[in-house]
Amino acid sequence: MSIATVNSPRFGALGVFAVAYLAFIYIPVLFLPLFSFNDSIYIAFPLKGFTLEWYGKMAESKGLITALENSLRLGGVVAVLSTVLGTLAAKAVTRYRLPGSGPTVAFIMLPLVIPGIIMGIALLVLASYLGLTLSLFTIGVGHLLITVPFSMLVMISRLEGFDKNLEEASSDLGENAWTTFWRVTFPLAIPGLIASLLLTFTISFDEFILAFFLAGTEVTLPIYIWSQLRFPAKLPAVLALGAVILASSFVVVTFAEWFRRRGVQIKTSSGV
Amino acid sequence: MSEKPIIRLSGVTKNFGKVRAVNNVNINIGHGEFFSLLGPSGCGKTTLLRMLAGFESPTQGELFIDEQPMSTVPAHHRPVNMVFQSYAIFPHLDVRGNIAFGMRKARLPKAKLNDMVDEMLEMIKLPGYGSRGANELSGGERQRVALARALIKRPKVLLLDEPLGALDKKLREQMQIELRVLQKSVGITFVFVTHDQEEALTLSDRIAVMSKGNALQIDSPTRLYEAPTNRFVADFIGTMNFFAGNVRAVENGDATIDAGPLGDVATPADAMPTGNGADIVVALRPEKIRLAFEATSDAINGVEGRMGPTAYLGDRSHFYVFVPGREEPIAVAHQNLDKVDIRSHDTDRPVWLSWSRDAVVLLPPD
Repeated sequence: MSIATVNSPRFGALGVFAVAYLAFIYIPVLFLPLFSFNDSIYIAFPLKGFTLEWYGKMAESKGLITALENSLRLGGVVAVLSTVLGTLAAKAVTRYRLPGSGPTVAFIMLPLVIPGIIMGIALLVLASYLGLTLSLFTIGVGHLLITVPFSMLVMISRLEGFDKNLEEASSDLGENAWTTFWRVTFPLAIPGLIASLLLTFTISFDEFILAFFLAGTEVTLPIYIWSQLRFPAKLPAVLALGAVILASSFVVVTFAEWFRRRGVQIKTSSGV
Repeated sequence: MSEKPIIRLSGVTKNFGKVRAVNNVNINIGHGEFFSLLGPSGCGKTTLLRMLAGFESPTQGELFIDEQPMSTVPAHHRPVNMVFQSYAIFPHLDVRGNIAFGMRKARLPKAKLNDMVDEMLEMIKLPGYGSRGANELSGGERQRVALARALIKRPKVLLLDEPLGALDKKLREQMQIELRVLQKSVGITFVFVTHDQEEALTLSDRIAVMSKGNALQIDSPTRLYEAPTNRFVADFIGTMNFFAGNVRAVENGDATIDAGPLGDVATPADAMPTGNGADIVVALRPEKIRLAFEATSDAINGVEGRMGPTAYLGDRSHFYVFVPGREEPIAVAHQNLDKVDIRSHDTDRPVWLSWSRDAVVLLPPD
């Protein structure tokens, strides 16, 4: 009797709360795919009928496809760059006795708590002062400011998670700093690297405020979507796009999780 | 040690900021020696080992391995290998991958390398463990793999940083014997760091006892125990009773020391080159003191006291005896060769302590 209550705590108020909470998170999101198949330009119930028209519109919309390409390229470059920088910084902080490493880390992390709009204005002022033409490049620089700290946090926790004697053991066994990195540090850091790449890509991919201030003629997807909200006729195509992104996120996350678990089984868990 | 030492530390000093971790250490270690660095935590023994491995560099002084100065040689080019306290088994490789890790540069044909790894697995008594993952190994097995991984490189010197620290007592004792046998069979010089004096005494040819960065005494286990040269070593290894004394007379190779509550203590004078009137410390090992319940008249050195706390340990008993004029009891260890009379452990009985002239250790004053 008591065992039963332990195993299945009363499905009372807490259960209701949990279901309500999940509904609150996911029902609005699920409206995207739902209305993207709805045969009406109005986002409203009742549903009219099934159509793939909006997906066709989406594929035909040149502006949308260009914005998507911009965002994918930007996210990819930002993810790789910030993961490289974040990993190196994390290695420096966790492996060497650096004078002033505490304040340095604090300053690197600071952009995370500065409001995006302030950062955006500041960067815009800087860019015009330097005479830089606003472009994907300026957006990328802005994004690095917020993605590097995230990458660094992920990589610090990964590098701290394994014994630093492992790297010393490698050097003791005849490997120099470079080969030690590739034979020991890198393979052990892979789960962290993947997490960092996914996280920083996602951040860059849907970042709006900085991009809004720093974009020139090449817009990213969030800015394109925002600009389309004024034209009701274009909205369903945006919904279709949202559904596609949702589906691909789902596939990527599932794959990453599968990879991570497989990694845990084959290798060992020395930390993380 | 007539031949050239394999390791020579010459005035090695290491500062971490303002903290001096190692202070002017001079040690020669011979070929094939099992040498231990023994001391409490923070005494600098691990720092010294890490300098030998090349993970730290001396602030002053030089260390030579096989007559070569090491200051410009990075860790990955030194002819030494290390067994880490944490073992540092690579978690992303199996046992075979771990043992073969350091052989990449040798560029051996695959079959030859496999044979070598099999040989090492044979040596550490883990045949057939090659494909096991690092997380499938017990503490003792990890320790063996770490040993094999270092020894396959055939280093001139093997450095061991408290390698038995993580093992339980039984396994530890078993591994001590195995280590000793292994060391003799491979003939490689071992430099072994430990804080466990019993382990150091069991394993080593010679031991350097360290405290606060200084190598206080470098000697064989027997000499460290029987003839310590300073109070720290005498106190750190085993148990010791200390008495403040003053040299009363030195004649014909005999010294008489006025040791306060002990009265006059007679001992050979060869150990301490101090003159009349000099302050000195008299030290006595508990097991070198005889305990009797009746007055003994023939003893050269002796004192009467009162039985304090006792501890009966089966094979031996520990007694703490109070003597007039001394607050701290004198520790006496007694082998229970005969059946023990229970009353012998009664407190407050009058007892007579005595010891031979040779049992006395003389130490410089603090």
